[in-house]
This record gives sequence, structure tokens and C-alpha cells, in this order.
Amino acid sequence: MELLNPLALLGNFLIIPGLTYGCQLALGALGVTLIYGILRFSNFAHGETMALGTMATLLVTLWLQSAGISLGPLPTALLALPVGIAICIFFTLATDRLVYRFYRRQKSTPVIFLIASLGVMFLYNGLIRFIVGPGDRIFTDGERFIFTAREFKEMTGLREGMAFKTTQGITIVVTIVIVALLFWFLTRTRTGKSMRAYSDNEDLALLSGISPDKVVMVAWILTAVLATIAGTLYGLDKSFKPFTYLQILLPIFAAAIVGGLGSPLGAIAGGFVIAFSEVALTFAYKRVLGYLLPEGQMPEGLVQLLSTDYKFAVSFAILVIVLLVRPTGIFRGQTI
Amino acid sequence: MKFLIGESMTGGYGGADIITDCTIGVDQGEIAVVVGPNGAGKSTAMKAVFGMLSLREGRVVLDGEEITSLSPQARVHKGMGFVPQTNNVFTTMTVQENLEMGAFIREDSINATMEQVFELFPVLGEKRKQAAGELSGGQRQQVAVGRALMTQPKVLMLDEPTAGVSPIVMDELFDRIIEIAKTGIAILMVEQNAKQALDIADRGYVLVQGGNRYTDTGEALLANPEVRRAFLGG
Amino acid sequence: MRNLLLFLLMAALFAAVGFGQSWSLSLAILNLCLISAVMSLGVNIQWGYAGLLNVGIMGFVALGGLAAVLVSMPPVTDAINAGGGGVAISALIMLATFAVMYMANKHFHFFGRKLLVAVIGVAGLMFARHFFGPATDAIESVDPAGTGNLGGLGLPIIVSWVVGGFFAAAAAWAVGKISLGLRSDYLAIATLGISEIIVAVLKYEDWLTRGVKNVSGLPRPVPYEVNLQKETWVIEFAAKHGFTVQEVSSLIVKGSYALLFTIVLLIVLYLSEKALRSPWGRMMRAIRDNEVAAEAMGKDVKGRHLQVFILGSAVIGVAGAMLTTLDGQFTPASYQPLRFTFLIWVMVIVGGSGNNWGAVLGGFVIWFFWIEAEPIGLWLMEFITSGMAEDSALRIHLIKSAAHMRLMTMGLVLLLVLRFTPRGLIPERGYGRR
Repeated sequence: MELLNPLALLGNFLIIPGLTYGCQLALGALGVTLIYGILRFSNFAHGETMALGTMATLLVTLWLQSAGISLGPLPTALLALPVGIAICIFFTLATDRLVYRFYRRQKSTPVIFLIASLGVMFLYNGLIRFIVGPGDRIFTDGERFIFTAREFKEMTGLREGMAFKTTQGITIVVTIVIVALLFWFLTRTRTGKSMRAYSDNEDLALLSGISPDKVVMVAWILTAVLATIAGTLYGLDKSFKPFTYLQILLPIFAAAIVGGLGSPLGAIAGGFVIAFSEVALTFAYKRVLGYLLPEGQMPEGLVQLLSTDYKFAVSFAILVIVLLVRPTGIFRGQTI
Repeated sequence: MKFLIGESMTGGYGGADIITDCTIGVDQGEIAVVVGPNGAGKSTAMKAVFGMLSLREGRVVLDGEEITSLSPQARVHKGMGFVPQTNNVFTTMTVQENLEMGAFIREDSINATMEQVFELFPVLGEKRKQAAGELSGGQRQQVAVGRALMTQPKVLMLDEPTAGVSPIVMDELFDRIIEIAKTGIAILMVEQNAKQALDIADRGYVLVQGGNRYTDTGEALLANPEVRRAFLGG
Repeated sequence: MRNLLLFLLMAALFAAVGFGQSWSLSLAILNLCLISAVMSLGVNIQWGYAGLLNVGIMGFVALGGLAAVLVSMPPVTDAINAGGGGVAISALIMLATFAVMYMANKHFHFFGRKLLVAVIGVAGLMFARHFFGPATDAIESVDPAGTGNLGGLGLPIIVSWVVGGFFAAAAAWAVGKISLGLRSDYLAIATLGISEIIVAVLKYEDWLTRGVKNVSGLPRPVPYEVNLQKETWVIEFAAKHGFTVQEVSSLIVKGSYALLFTIVLLIVLYLSEKALRSPWGRMMRAIRDNEVAAEAMGKDVKGRHLQVFILGSAVIGVAGAMLTTLDGQFTPASYQPLRFTFLIWVMVIVGGSGNNWGAVLGGFVIWFFWIEAEPIGLWLMEFITSGMAEDSALRIHLIKSAAHMRLMTMGLVLLLVLRFTPRGLIPERGYGRR
């Protein structure tokens, strides 16, 4: 029993939140890595793309809620998600057509693309605040928990409870499905393979008759899908606040680089590395140690390695270590 | 008139002309080899035929049709296959995926063609699930040639296919190239190893400073004392 | 000629605000324009001269602000007695740890040496924290409502403009060491990260900066309005020209700031221009335009980049200290990336990357419209919605959201300039398109 209680404690505060956050980061980092692999620049507008898709989903959700349509125990947002995705796709494709395509034709350096993406970020940011304002919005509905801490205690008879929120469960399930679909697409379909080929060796892909315009279009569509889903899951789990999507950009970039920019597998691994480091380093281990250490040996402080105020510093520290030790990331990046 | 011919081509990459009044061509079922000293414009002439640089003068004709203004991609559709000298495989993709990508423009079933490639290069069949980047240099060249064959081209152009491989692998590759030519495909290649290449060539072009110096059958060039002295090391 | 015209046009805009709205507002905008111009000069040194992408301008600005606090505020003796020693000890421990880590990395060559270095680092950190925690608690408990921090050195605040430059330079050195020499995107992401962390530290380390409680009442380099209003010459001047005494005093204060900022701007501008024309500047641009060739010619590309990155960041740090001086208070929560990083980028791109005069003009133009966009946007929205009913929900929403229009406008301006006049208002001289 003395091992199960601290385990439940860790599960509640470390493992489940870490998994959920890791899924959200992984989906976000996949979008960044995909654009990097195909268009070869770091897309600073990705956080805002997530926010844009989430906003679209949010608005449709509100409309559905006002119309009295719901999904029962599941959040209505899931029903609104396809519409949100469609709107986000429209925006990414329009942006590519109006902004990035020009620089592609000019064969501009990645830095120019990056600056253009800063402009896009500004534009999206203003657009989102213009439409829904900068405030906090909660659009989660349906059943709040798969099981609550109390139910867990009753179920297991442990002293420590472990709650599992519906949004957490949905995040994990949806991520597994999306990632599986994405890998099926990239490794099994002709279009997916052509994207990998284009990312691997652009010149040879052109010689093989792969159309760059189509590859780029599909990349933006996939990015919009991933961004909207990641953003909506994040918004459901926490709340929708435009500003947070600017802040999440850093951990997402860190995840993509740690895994190896351009490598989808790396993006997923990087997402979980960042998420678990962040949660584990800012977790107060006092009560866990209380169970494990002999009586009277209770540590004084919270036994917290880092204050939660500095959780962004964790992504940065990991980023720095990776840049110093292995700049290509865990899975050698550069290609899809 | 040759099946594929680049006639009196003059041009370069923006600045000064690299090739001047250069003519190279090949017939179906024939092997044509372009040789010459370093910097003679061999690869440039080949790229000009494939449309990778714009010509100031001259024209390229394939099967009686002028294709001078077509992009390389359009030439692939017309039945030309090209194997670059470097970066000629998708390193992160498997051998089979490399071949599939080679056949990207084809709408029909590619299985038969892939079997033919595996027959030609049995080692690729054995390693079809392996990433091309993990193969040896010679095997990679086979993947590169196989990839270009997947479109069922009428002309296959090779830019120094034996660069950086051992002599044994080179002989092996040349044998395969002869086999490919026997199926009726026209083969145009640039080679650094002039002697061995001219040995298998039906037609040879010796380029010097971007222009034709000698043009003859491979046999005749090998027998020509001037060519031997100046370019084949005696 | 065209350039002179552009600057004259800018002056006319200030005059228009002066006559149309008020001279006090006009001067207030001018002061921030001057500071923006210094910031955008700093970014121009990095981007325009060397092609380095700094997306963490905010962090360097904030470091300048920190310098203003640490230099000018009077020391809090009680707090220093209570916890100064502890903080100093933990700082010494960290310094010693870094030294040991460095030595270990240098002298050992066995496999897994990096792990040893990491272990030393963590051990040092734990040891330092042992002193750090109690010390900061002690500091923060000294008069928490009034100070609760260590205070500063009590020196004139102008000194902090130089110190701010050094703070920013030190941070730039660390970031540059890590991320220069890698892909250009990595520098961008690393700077984004460091700036977030700097601002987080300023927000949460109460013992140093009072955190979100803000530090207000920073000493000024110029006289106070209240004191001016008692001066006879001010009163006489006001009476003679038909102004109120309040107006005159406020104009004098703002004018003095403007004078100080102009002096700094001119110094930085002079030095930048001189550097750009020197062999050093030519080499920088040669490296920017063809890194591979420059490297092949034996130029130390990474070293030069580090140099220019530090110089540019130092200029940004100076501007950050000036900004906090002007505000008279230090509010960590006010450091927003959109305002302090991306807006500066718009200034540099719009002004003309690579041209110092362009950067200055960009700073002026963009800040001017950033401020004036609000009244203009509001006026525009009222115009658009004038046909709608007074209580129409859409109308209320549009008018309420007018403030967010300027973000959109800035994004649009950046994209349009980047696409249609990529060389900006005042293009770089003697160099073709990039």
C-alpha cells in the first residue's frame, strides 16, 4: 500500500497532466515540423494558427450550444471541430497564396519566410482579438470527469485520489488517433510519400515529377488540421485565451527542435520530453517522499526543483542543452 | 537525325557561356558517352540537354519534336530519365519507396516495372525495405538508376554514375547499363573514367573547353592516337 | 533629398498633433519615438549589418529597465543586512560552480564527462539554493508594502543607461555563444526563449525587482513639474504667452527628456554610421551577403556575429533603461512580446534594413501610427458604424474592438512592405537587392 499511494499521487499530479500536455505539445510540434520539412522555415505564426482554429471551433461550439445541440457527456466542441478545421484550412491556404507563395517563387532565404511569418502572426493575433477579444473563455461542457479523485479513492481504497478529467481522456485518445492517421498518410499513401520525398530531396522530387504546389498545399492543410486539434484540446483542457497561444510557441519550438526539426517522430518524442520535464521539475515531491521515507524524515521544504513560475525556463534549458550537445535533435531532423 | 539530340548548344548559368556550339546526341538502343578533361563542360552539356540551364543558342530535339523550351519536369513526361551525380536518392526512404517515387507521374500499375528493376539489380530486391541512405555507394547508384527507370523512359541520362565507386562495382554497373541499352532505351552518359566508358560506348564525344573536339564511335576514339595521348593517358 | 523630405513630413505630423490634439501629447509621442528609434537602431545593427534575427528584443529592453531600478533606487539597508549576505554567498557558490563546471569540461576527456558537468551543476544549484531561499525570504519580509527588495545603488539614473547596455550585452554574449553558428532559425528561437525567461525572472524575483508589485518613484534626470511651477520664470513665461503654469511645466519636463534622448540617439546614430563605413562594417556586410565565401577567406564568421549581436543588444539595453527612466516606474508585467519585439521588427523592416537613417525613421513612423492608430481606428469605426442603430450589438463590438485593429494593421504593414518594397522607406546604400 505504501507504494500505491505515492504512485496515485504521482499519477494525479505528474503522469496524467504530463501525458495530456505532452499530447498537446506533440500535435503542435508536428505542425511546426511539417512546415519546416516542406517549406523549410520555422513558422512563428503557428501558435496563432492554433488560436485561430480554436477560435473558429469555439464560435461554432457557442452557436451549437445556443441551438441546444450537445454531444451528451462529451464536449460539444468535438462536434464543432470539423468546422473549425475547415475554417483554419481556409486561412492557412489563403495565407500561403497571398504571402508565402511569392517568396517561394523568389526562392527567398528561410529568414525572409520567418519574418513574413512574424507578420502573419501579428495579423492573426489582431484578427482573433478583434473577433473574440483578449479575454478568457471556457467552452468545455459535458461530463467533467471520467472518474473523480473521490471515486478513485472509493474504488481502490487508497488514501490518495487520482482524478481523470474527460478533457484529458479525450486529448490522449484524439492524439493517438490523429498521430496514427498522420503516419498512415505519410508512409502508406502516394501523396504522403511524395511529401516525404519532397522534404528529403527537393530537386530529386521535382525530377520525379512531384508537384511542389500540391505538396505545399497538403502541408498547409495538415498543419491546419493539427493546429486546430492541438489548440482546441489545449483550450478544452485549460481555457481559451489568445495570449496563451503566444506563450505556448516556445515549448512547441523546443519540442520540435529537441526531436529534430522536420522529423514527425521527433516532434512527438520532443513533445513528451518537454512536457514531462516541465511537469516533473515543477512538481513538489514533498508528499510523495512523505510516503517513501521513514517516519520523522519528512523533508522541510516542498522539495520542488523549480517554481512553477519558471516552467517556460524548462523548455528553454532543454533547448539549450540540445543545441549544445546535439543540434540535429534526437531523431536527426531536416527531413520528414 | 538522332533520336535525342542537343544541337549547337551555347549557354551557361547566367554569366559566361560554359558550352559553345556543342552537339551531343544518342539513338535508341545505343550508348553515347561524353568524356573530356575536368571543367570541359561535360555535365553542363548533359544538363543543357535535360533543360536545367537555358540555352542562348541551339536546340534540343527528342524523337523529331523540339523540346528546347520545356522544363526538366516536362521532359520527364516526354520520356526522359535523369540520374544526377550526387544526392540522387531519397536517403530517408526505403528502396521500394524510392522506386515508387520514381514512378510518381505514372497512373498505371508499376509493379511490373518494379519487378524488372529488381531483376536488373537483384540486390535492390533483397533490400527493398531498407532505407536508401543505409546502402553502400554502389547500391545507392543502383537505386538512383532504378528510380529513373521507373518512368519507363525512352532516354536515360546518367551524370557520372561511377563517381566514387570501386572498379569492380564500376564494371558491374556498366554491365547493367549495357543490359538496359539492349532493351531499346537510349543511354547518354557523362563519364570520368573515359577508357572504360568508351569501351562500352557506341558513340563517344570528347569535349574540350565547352566544345566538341572529337566525335566518333567509341571504338574509333579508343584507337585514335591523339585521343589516347591527350585524354586516355597513352 | 527624398530622405530629408520624409523626415520633414514626420516633423509636420508632430506639428499636426501639436496643433490638433495638444503639444504635450505631441512631445510625449516624440519621446517614445526617440526611444523606439534607438531600439530599432540596435536591431538594425544585428539584422541590417549581419542578418542576425533577434526575436527576443523584449528581454534586452527589460534588462535595461532592471538596470534603471538597480542603479537609481536608494539601497534598503535593513534588507541588505537581513539577506544581502545570503544572496551574495549563493551568487559566489554559483560562480564557483560555473568555474568548476568549466574546468571539468576542459580537463577531463573521458566518456560521460558531460554528465559529470551536469551533476556538478545541479549540486552547485542545490547548495546555492540552501542559502538563497532563506535570504530572499528575509529580504522580502522587510517592509513588503514599501520595498521588500534590496533596492539599488542610489546613483543618478542616467548612469543606468550605460549599465543597461552592459546587462543586455552580457545576456547577448550568453545567447550568442550557444546559438550562433547554427541555423539562423535557432538564434531566433533561442532569443525568443531567453527573453521570456528574463521577463519571468523580473516578474517573480520579488527580492530583486519587487516583481508584479512594481517599482515606482524612480528618481528623474530632469526637474519635477511641482518644483518648476514654483519657479518665477516659469510663472512669468506662462503669463506672458497665455499658457497655464501646469502646461508650461509639463512641456519643459517632456522637452528635457526629448533633449536627453535626442543626444543619445545622435551618439548611437553617429557611432553606427561610422562603424558601417569602416572596414569592419564592410566586412560585416560581406559576411552577411556571402557567409560561405567570407568563411573561405578566413574570416571568423561566428566571432564577428557574436560581436555584432552583443553590440546591437547593448544598444537595445540602453533604450530599455531610457524607457524605464521616462516612465518613472518599472512594471515587469508591461513587457509584452508584441509591443517590444514584433513592433520593433516592423520599424526596422519598414524603415529599411541595413540603413541607420531608415531604422530611425521606421522607429518614428511606426510608433507614431501605433499611438495614433487608436484614435484613427476609433474614428474609422464610428464612421463605418454611423449608419447602424445606437445600441446595435455589432456596432458596440466593433467600436470596442477598434483597439485590436492596430495589431492587424501592423501585421499588414509588415507584410506589404516586405513584399512590395523589401528595402524599406530608406534603402541601404550601395547594395543591390538581397
